[in-house]
Amino acid sequence: MPRARLALAVGSAALLALAGCGTAADKKSDTKPDAFGCTADKLPTLAKGKLTIGTDNPVYGPWFVDNKPESGQGFESAVAYAVADKLGYPKDSVVWTRVTFNAAIAPGPKAYDFDINEFSITEDRRKAVDFSTGYYDVKQTVIALKSSKIAGAKSIADLKGANLGAQVGTTSYKAITDVIKPTDKPGVYNNNDDAKAALANGTLDGLVVDLPTAFYMTGAEIKDSLIVGQLPPLPGVQQEQFGLVLDKGSKLTSCVSQAVDQLRSNGKLAELAKQWLAGADGARELS
Amino acid sequence: MTYQPSGLQLERVAYKRSRALRSVLIAAASTVVLGTGLVVAVTGSPGWQKVKETFLDLDTARSALPAVLDGLVLNLWLLLFCAAGALALGLLVAVVKTLRGAVFFPVRALATLYTYGFRGMPLIIVLYVLCYGVPGLRFEWTPPVVVLGGFAIVITYAAYIAEVFRAGIESVHPSQRAAARSLGLTYWQTMRHIVLPQAVRRVGPALLNDLVALQKDVGLVSIAGVIDAVRAAQIEVATSYNFTPYIVAGLIFVLLAIPLIAVTDWVTLRAARRQSAGGTS
Repeated sequence: MPRARLALAVGSAALLALAGCGTAADKKSDTKPDAFGCTADKLPTLAKGKLTIGTDNPVYGPWFVDNKPESGQGFESAVAYAVADKLGYPKDSVVWTRVTFNAAIAPGPKAYDFDINEFSITEDRRKAVDFSTGYYDVKQTVIALKSSKIAGAKSIADLKGANLGAQVGTTSYKAITDVIKPTDKPGVYNNNDDAKAALANGTLDGLVVDLPTAFYMTGAEIKDSLIVGQLPPLPGVQQEQFGLVLDKGSKLTSCVSQAVDQLRSNGKLAELAKQWLAGADGARELS
Repeated sequence: MTYQPSGLQLERVAYKRSRALRSVLIAAASTVVLGTGLVVAVTGSPGWQKVKETFLDLDTARSALPAVLDGLVLNLWLLLFCAAGALALGLLVAVVKTLRGAVFFPVRALATLYTYGFRGMPLIIVLYVLCYGVPGLRFEWTPPVVVLGGFAIVITYAAYIAEVFRAGIESVHPSQRAAARSLGLTYWQTMRHIVLPQAVRRVGPALLNDLVALQKDVGLVSIAGVIDAVRAAQIEVATSYNFTPYIVAGLIFVLLAIPLIAVTDWVTLRAARRQSAGGTS
């Protein structure tokens, strides 16, 4: 707790410093929430005066720490609190709720004001839910055991003959079918825990996850594993981004998006990414 | 002289007819009222438009269908092999369980332990242990996970089927065995020619029931990483955030189950008629 509060304090200090020497536009955005008409007392949130943030259970590092989103630790937890703060909700006005993936995207009343759980923004999905602007630019990455036959792969062509896998319903899976296009059908797993087990026991030669997860898994979770390389984005996509999910047509979408935009332009998102996510250094680009 | 119904009889017939007409009308009216009520309640709900778009979108259904059918091929293969495997193993265990004699105690105990254990153990746990555990042993050669998954289904379902067969075997009256033995048939001959034919016929409907359940459960191998019809639908759902592919997969399963269920009902009916009506068919 104290450390998280300190991080917040440092963040606010940086904000103030920026406000002091920024351009006029920066100043406007930094005069706190009411500058864009999105204040805590005006926002039609689920519970008045509270911001309810949804995420799955369990949640994983480096996005959250120890499956405790309310700790403010981990990238997405920190981003959620930063967005809440921008909208005028201090930490004790934020309520976390656990929402499974299917419940998060199903029609009907949502149990959250926004949901943060590495949702990739795609045009297809926009038909069902609202997305905020992206808060993280993500790359898909192949990881493998050091003993795997693809451990030394240098190009996408080297991966074609491999048994690859990913979590179901992810853009990581799409990256296998649409970017790598292996000869064998990819393995599809309920969650990354199952996928990790399949990688560790040799069923899979390689696993596709997003880059921060790749660093986390190879660094902390799977023994003797390495990052094979990063994949180019899906066909027809400039840059894959994670966005906050809101109910379709939610009145909060534009406010939340503006908050994310401000956090991006004032460097807060980059700062949090630096704090919680390893950089892309050393991950070879596959083409 | 032809039969002339009395006035009273005519009255009775007319009354009966009017009552029949009345109950048909009431049944029709109540069905219409209930049906209309449901339709109005569902389609008139504030979220209906959204639900319709999310669950009943024709374009999404069309684009998901090939992937779902592709996954269905796996379901059908698994159903075929698992049904055969579970029947064979189940029959074997049932026969072992009904063995008499002190010398067979260990195998009887083993069979009992097996049916107790695997009827209690959730299938999904057996699948996890086999599909993730066995490859972890890193043998020289490991069967593909789909085979391991099929094996998990076979050993789980065989435990149920063994109990069904055992019930069938025990339902054959002891006098049948006694008669067979007194005619000089050995134990196995008695089993093969006297007991099992009657036992299997009696438990046919129950077995077909298990087959219908199996048809839905084989898809659980998808936890091992392979793509069955429901998993394929799930992938499509996650791509579009539209739930229509689930409905597509569900309807296909129902279509598959209908012939099986019809056969089950027919077999049950035929057996009931033969057994209770004293050989009228």
